[in-house]
Amino acid sequence: MATIDQIGIKQEASKAELAKVVEVQSVYKSFGTQKVLDGVSLAVSRGETLAILGRSGTGKSVLLRMIIGLQTPDSGAVRIHGEDITGLSLDQLSGIRKKMGFLFQHAALYDSLTVEQNVAFPLQHHRREMSDSEQRDRVAELLEEVGMVGHLDKMPSDISGGMQKRVGLARALALDPDILLLDEPTAGLDPISSAEIDELILKLQAEHHMASVVVTHDLHSAKTIADRLILLDQGSVTAEGTFQELQSSNDLFVREFLKFS
Amino acid sequence: MSESNIGIAAAISGSPVPLSPVDTSDSKWVGTEFLEWFGELGIFSWRVVRASVTPPFEFREFFRQLDEIGSQSLPLVALAGAAIGVVLALESVQSMTRFGAKSLLPAALVYSVVHEIGPIITALVVSGRVGAGIGAELASMKVTEQIDAIEASAVNPYRLLAATRILSCILMLPLLTLASDACGLFMGWVALTTIEPLSFHQFIISGFKGSGFNDFLPPTFKTAIFGLIIGLVACFQGMRTRGGAAGVGRAATSSVVLSSLFVILADVVLVKFILIFFP
Repeated sequence: MATIDQIGIKQEASKAELAKVVEVQSVYKSFGTQKVLDGVSLAVSRGETLAILGRSGTGKSVLLRMIIGLQTPDSGAVRIHGEDITGLSLDQLSGIRKKMGFLFQHAALYDSLTVEQNVAFPLQHHRREMSDSEQRDRVAELLEEVGMVGHLDKMPSDISGGMQKRVGLARALALDPDILLLDEPTAGLDPISSAEIDELILKLQAEHHMASVVVTHDLHSAKTIADRLILLDQGSVTAEGTFQELQSSNDLFVREFLKFS
Repeated sequence: MSESNIGIAAAISGSPVPLSPVDTSDSKWVGTEFLEWFGELGIFSWRVVRASVTPPFEFREFFRQLDEIGSQSLPLVALAGAAIGVVLALESVQSMTRFGAKSLLPAALVYSVVHEIGPIITALVVSGRVGAGIGAELASMKVTEQIDAIEASAVNPYRLLAATRILSCILMLPLLTLASDACGLFMGWVALTTIEPLSFHQFIISGFKGSGFNDFLPPTFKTAIFGLIIGLVACFQGMRTRGGAAGVGRAATSSVVLSSLFVILADVVLVKFILIFFP
């Protein structure tokens, strides 16, 4: 018979497991003969922001796309709220994706829709119980949150890259996700726009308390927004820790990466 | 692999045709490309069928596509049908007169327009307009990650993008064919009246004399199969695109080329099928 202490330990352990909103376990992925991910594991808890760093072509974006099920690993598991999503069909994945927001590297706004329609898109498909006016109010609220009030009727081609990222963020937040995935949120932006996006991510993180995974090349951005960083090299995790821990690392690759970034 | 074979393989696979002589020792055998293409098409079709029959249904996008594919194609289809009607009438007058079968002219015109010319011309015109449009639109969405964004928003792109377009093509092709047939017959009559006075009533009575529903329904409804081919091939080529602007161009071209080719090949089979089951 289990003692009270043992039951307590088990409960603590299951709480810790539940707190891991995103869990990637020993994933492998190859494209043809090129091995991209070689046994990568990571976990992100609610309210935590994890930055994935690494040289170009080390599989950072592939890893992020695996977390939302846009790509499947050759082997290994990707668990969202404890459920392995690797073998799920599109419709089964939809239920899980409603809890996730994804900001694409180039925002990936629907170019035939206005800013307002872009942000309303997830609501139109998953909040059918909302009236048109309620949806409009929600879109206005989201656009205000990302500082894009007054651009409702503009087309994506009529706004700057930074603005597109803001709209992409608003769209990613439309369904109140528990998990936010950001693929190079500051790539291609000037330093001021980058800093603004970083501030926005920090603000959203504080307000929504999501588990966030950020893929970035921008070390300054990673330092600002991330609680923890992992560094990928040749498809596997070379280093993991806070920015300060990485800075004090003796690993040659880590030191070189931080030096040249 | 010969140069012509490389070209066919590229059209099927959507990959660029090499511009300079290449070492083909590690290239795939052209048969493998064909088999892979058909295999992928089979998987794509299964996903579309499954998405089509399970809720939620994308009615808003479906009605938008009905308008885009149906109403927007109507002027072009009507014009093509009318032109073919005139050409057919003028060409037939001479030959029918030579063989002393001038009185059969309205019946010959009705038979050829409704049985074959109307359906195939409509399908080829729609394949050019709609096939290229769908192929380019979906390819552009694919290379700019918009299709991934749809998926990431927990919306099934096979249901939203492919099923709606394919079903619209299936539904609209027979209706467009009816419009094309009507324009072809009307303009055929107009062309005949320039040679010899003939009332429209008389033209219709003698044209449809001795004809039954079996003469009109199967040829008209076979265009639903053409619609399926056009929609399926264009959506498939668009959604599997890779390679930026060049990929978009290739998807648009291959959508038109392959859907037109398959429409003609399907027609061969369907004509035989109709002759057997609707003699």
